Amino acid sequence: MRARVFVTLKKSVFDPQGQTIADALHSMGYGTVEDVRQGKFFELELAAADAAQAKALAAEVADKLLANPVIESFRVEVD
Amino acid sequence: MKFAVIVFPGSNCDQDAHHAATAVLGQQAELIWHKDSDLKGADAVILPGGFAHGDYLRTGAMARFSPVMREVKAFADRGGPVIGICNGFQVLLESGLLPGAMLRNKELKYRCEFVNVRVEQTDTPFTGGASAGQVLRIPIGHGEGNYYAPPEALERLEANRQVIFRYCAPDGTISDASNPNGSLHAIAGICNERRNVVGMMPHPERACEPALGGTDGLVILESIVKAFAPA
Repeated sequence: MRARVFVTLKKSVFDPQGQTIADALHSMGYGTVEDVRQGKFFELELAAADAAQAKALAAEVADKLLANPVIESFRVEVD
Repeated sequence: MKFAVIVFPGSNCDQDAHHAATAVLGQQAELIWHKDSDLKGADAVILPGGFAHGDYLRTGAMARFSPVMREVKAFADRGGPVIGICNGFQVLLESGLLPGAMLRNKELKYRCEFVNVRVEQTDTPFTGGASAGQVLRIPIGHGEGNYYAPPEALERLEANRQVIFRYCAPDGTISDASNPNGSLHAIAGICNERRNVVGMMPHPERACEPALGGTDGLVILESIVKAFAPA
C-alpha cells in the first residue's frame, strides 16, 4: 500500500523559507498569495494488511523520524 | 584524561577536535566510529561539527539512530560530560538529550565568521574555567543554528539557568544586531537539567591556537580537563 506523509512546521514556528518564497511571489506581482508555508512530502510503499494498518505504520515512522515533533506536525493519507 | 570524539559519516570537525584534545591540550583522545558501541573508557565525549549522514531530512535526525548514540546516552545518563559542537549540538537536540530544535537561519544564509558569545553560567564541566559574563570570540559555521523551543520549554530553560552561551556584541551587550541566526533569546549554547550535557553552535576547537585567529575557545576545553585533573 502507498502512504503519503506531509510534514509542515507548526503554525507557531516561524518559517524563514516560506516567508522568502512569499516575498518572492509578492515581488513577482502575486500580491494575492497571502502566505506560504514550506514543508516536506514523503511517499511510502508499505507491506500492510489494510489501510488502517498502513496508516498506523506511516504515522509511527513519521512520529519517530520523518517529523520532529518539537517544531513540526504531520498528516498521513493512505491509498 | 581521555576524550572520545564521535565520527559520523559526514562529520568534518572530528580531526580538529582530536587535534585540540591531543596536540593543544596534551590529553588522550580516540576517534569512535558511529557504528561502534564502546566509548573505550573515555572520561568525556565530543560530538563534533559537520554534516552527519549528509544532514538529510533534518540536521542530526539520522545520527540519532547511529548505534554509538545508545552508548552516548547511557554515558550522559550516568552523569558523564558530553559536549556537542555545531552539528553535534543538532544531534543532541534530535536525540532528546537537550531540549528544543534548530530552524534555518533567519536570513537563510550559511554564516561562517567569528562571533562573540557571553558565558552565562559557569557551573557546567565545560564552563567551569570561565567567568560569568566573560565574552568569548569564537567562530561559527552553520546554516541551521536558529534555536527554537516552545514558550514553556524556553521558560524552563531560563528558570533552570540552562542557557550557557548567548550571542552578544564585543562588550557583552545583547541585541538583534549581534544575533547571527535569529535564535530565541540569542541562545548560542545550552545544557541539560543535570548540567553534564552541553550543546553549542560556535566552534571552540577552531579557536584554540593563535594560528587559527584566536584562542578564546580554549577555556571551554580546558575547563573539562581541569575537572579531571588530579587534585
